Amino acid sequence: MAHDTEVLVLGGGSTGCGIARDLAMRGLEVTLVERGNLTDGTTGRMHGLLHSGGRYAVSDQPSAVECIEENKILRDIAGHCVEMTGGLFVQRPEDPDDYFREKLEGCRECNIPARVLSGREAREVEPYLAKDVKRAIQVPDGAIDPFRLCVANAMDAERHGARIETHAEVIDLLREGDDIYGVKVRHDSGPGKRAHETPGTTEEITADYVVNATGAWAGRIGAMADLDVEVRPSKGVMTIMNVRQVDTVINRCRPKGDADIVVPHETTAILGTTDEEVEDPDDYPEERWEVDMMIDTLSELVPILEEARTIRSFWGVRPLYEPPGRGTKDPTDITRDFFLLDHEDRDGVSGMSSIVGGKFTTYRAMAEQISDHVCEQLGVTASCATADEPLPGSENLAVLDEGMDDFGLRSPIARRSKQRLGSRSAEVLDTDDANPVVCQCEGVTRAEIQDAISQSGSDLNAVRIRTRASMGNCQGGFCCQNMANELHPEYDEGTTREALDELFQERWKGERHALWGEQLSQAMLNYALHATTMNRDNDPASAEGPVDYEAFDGGARTASPPRSDGGER
Amino acid sequence: MAIEDDVLVIGGGLAGTTAALAAAAEGAQVRLVTHKQSTLRHASGLIDILGYTPEGDGPIVDPYEALAALPEGHPYERVGTDAVRDALSFFDEIAGDEYAGSHTEANALVPTHGGTVKPTARYPSSTAAGLASLPEDTLLVGFETLSDFDAPLAASHLEAAGAPFTARGVTVPFPGIVRDDAKINRYAHLLDREETVQTGAGETSARDALAATVEPHLEGEPRVGFPAIMGDEHPAEVRADLEDALGVDVFEVPMGPPSLPGMRLEDLMYDALKDAGVRITSGVPVVDYERDGGAIDHVLVDRHGQEIPHRADQYVLATGGLVGKGVRSERERVFEPIFDCYVPHAADRYDWFVEDVFGEQPYARFGLVPDRELRPLDADDEPEFSNLRAVGAVLGGYDYAAEKSGAGVSLATGYVAGGRAGAEASG
Repeated sequence: MAHDTEVLVLGGGSTGCGIARDLAMRGLEVTLVERGNLTDGTTGRMHGLLHSGGRYAVSDQPSAVECIEENKILRDIAGHCVEMTGGLFVQRPEDPDDYFREKLEGCRECNIPARVLSGREAREVEPYLAKDVKRAIQVPDGAIDPFRLCVANAMDAERHGARIETHAEVIDLLREGDDIYGVKVRHDSGPGKRAHETPGTTEEITADYVVNATGAWAGRIGAMADLDVEVRPSKGVMTIMNVRQVDTVINRCRPKGDADIVVPHETTAILGTTDEEVEDPDDYPEERWEVDMMIDTLSELVPILEEARTIRSFWGVRPLYEPPGRGTKDPTDITRDFFLLDHEDRDGVSGMSSIVGGKFTTYRAMAEQISDHVCEQLGVTASCATADEPLPGSENLAVLDEGMDDFGLRSPIARRSKQRLGSRSAEVLDTDDANPVVCQCEGVTRAEIQDAISQSGSDLNAVRIRTRASMGNCQGGFCCQNMANELHPEYDEGTTREALDELFQERWKGERHALWGEQLSQAMLNYALHATTMNRDNDPASAEGPVDYEAFDGGARTASPPRSDGGER
Repeated sequence: MAIEDDVLVIGGGLAGTTAALAAAAEGAQVRLVTHKQSTLRHASGLIDILGYTPEGDGPIVDPYEALAALPEGHPYERVGTDAVRDALSFFDEIAGDEYAGSHTEANALVPTHGGTVKPTARYPSSTAAGLASLPEDTLLVGFETLSDFDAPLAASHLEAAGAPFTARGVTVPFPGIVRDDAKINRYAHLLDREETVQTGAGETSARDALAATVEPHLEGEPRVGFPAIMGDEHPAEVRADLEDALGVDVFEVPMGPPSLPGMRLEDLMYDALKDAGVRITSGVPVVDYERDGGAIDHVLVDRHGQEIPHRADQYVLATGGLVGKGVRSERERVFEPIFDCYVPHAADRYDWFVEDVFGEQPYARFGLVPDRELRPLDADDEPEFSNLRAVGAVLGGYDYAAEKSGAGVSLATGYVAGGRAGAEASG
């Protein structure tokens, strides 16, 4: 099997999807391949902060300026992915005054709206801030859903003719002499939407130009063509709380440090993070001290975090890169700028560029620059329109709340569904079929689940990131099964069972790092429901040998008198 | 002045109610103090004794045979096999017609709402006609507004599990359910109260309307299974009416929470408590206790901020495990919150679990260590108190979810501890 395309994008994170959308909108024929789900790498493992730029206003002003510009653009083109919470840079008594002043000046120099609040004023905004918080700088930070944003980019790319292949792992780069002309991928279940229990295939995809947007994995891809791409993966932990202790982004206002941010996110708040260089982006220790530090250190800012319920923790790897020769020791000192490595200029190998470094908030600007470069390589003159064209779901946000009826849903559920779907609400929710709630914690209805299944096949993790189903307090204990039910009858029983097992294990993976207090009780309840009530741990359908049904109790009916039903039976 | 009783049982789940009934049967004056709703509403309502060995062998046909091989320290080993038999007989007396399975010592295999089958010793009579070990073709009926049970999928799963019959599933609307997000109770009440519903054929009773909806889908199957929402107060009547209207056997498939069979079991136990004259103080937590030498002198019950002393000769702790909050945890420790009884656990919480969600989970075994009298032991193997026994899920050393032994352990330990406490207090 072979396939030919103009541009091949490797990596289905925010950068890759952004590039695919940009190029497809410019009229190029684009194919994107991703090893796992969209957002599987770094994008799906961040705290969801839409930077105001305040964070970089002292250390890296060009980045700060870029952030505030993109912040404004994303509010326009991706409104249904953004919640403008606002943010505070909070100073504790022990945090340096000099830095507070520098931060404020820096924000002003970078055109980031910034206002100083007294400790009392800051606590009026966020009542759970520590009593001894000295003062704060208010900036337009926000929260952004990286899954929704990334998926919207991919959907729009598809709408402009792109081919998006998830669960397609690059196993080789095709290189002839000094030219890279494509890749060989292994499909988890054949091309197209993923279907569990379907055997995979391999495919060669040839392209006029290849963009390696695999972030922390860019070195792996480079190595397949003997190219040195020295990414320095750096891990960071994020801990998710079961409720929003704060409604604005809380940053610690001090030069740098671990555990210095809380981002309110949908029904949760996310604590972050650490920054530690690792060897292998796929295999690094996820350690207890990291989780404990999030809670202990951030409790200095928001004391109730000490007693609060966490529902899971996850780690992400940053694709840090610095040009050769700098030799920075501490990963927190490595620039967050991105670099475009044109392998023709750099290594004398044509046909491919690699993108490394960068930040989520500026993914669109990065995609624009890279797409410009690709167009230049291919002699295409079309210009970028991604800063002006809204993403699917964000086309008509102004009229969303006014004109739309509630699709027969109770209002809190309808409101949340509309937030997730944006202007796609009517298309998805306006159904004549029964539309019960499938995930109670997050208020996700069948129509949304079915919409996600139509996009991603039997992959329930892909359904999860599109809908938030199974991402609430119960971490899927109550709804994984119901989500899997929605796959049937389009997918058969075996496929459904495998998809359920995969999702349940995935939910468990992050929950393991939150196993104390309420969440340990929840874990035991989930385990009991799935093992005791459903016997999923010893499912005879998955067991090796057959069950001797005859040996078991068949009931006592022979001993009871027959029912008088006129002999109809 | 303290409130005085012979035996005080703390906790109102299956273990606590059984202990209270067993103590009352010895002639003691018994009080049961419960705080929150019991975890029975999360439970399937099936009475499992033992479905799999701790090594994972099974499904076990004869649970009593397997009990003898259980390791030292397992709650069943503590009380002995005869006590398990006696406890089940005790339960059979209480349950009367509402439960089935007592005609044999063999486990039954009951279809679950996911379409697997699970071994159990006693099952609600509403489930009896559905046994997977009964080789009769089966129609499963699901409702389009009820996403917990997908009947065609469950039927297909039963076939994959090797069930000795043909299973088919259909999904139909539930007559009278207007809202897509109606609560489970609403379905049950419609049938229970014989409410009038609008159908294409005009106004009719909910039971008739349901039968009329299902009838055209029958293809000669002798039994029809519904999710366990067939009535709340009068499930037997609902079922009998449906059976008469359809001319086939009707059964319920146990469901997850909120579980009507679990709630019916709770009602069954509380009716028995009333009949036995057990005093019930509900909605309040036991928050503290006072010691008298090696014994508990009295406990303190928090009622609207007032601490009311309750004194008894004998105490039974039936507060549940991690789910019921009889066992609690913090980042650094696992503990029993009322008496601070010893709970063995690894110092590092990353040793409380294993990677495979269905692997041998240490956390699932958290709980108190009992002696053969079911008195919780301290770290030096000495009884924490001379007059405290512990029963049910607050006990450790077994994984009820993997073994399918939760209800059986609750019954057996509740029966033994309650009986002994009652005998000592009144003797």
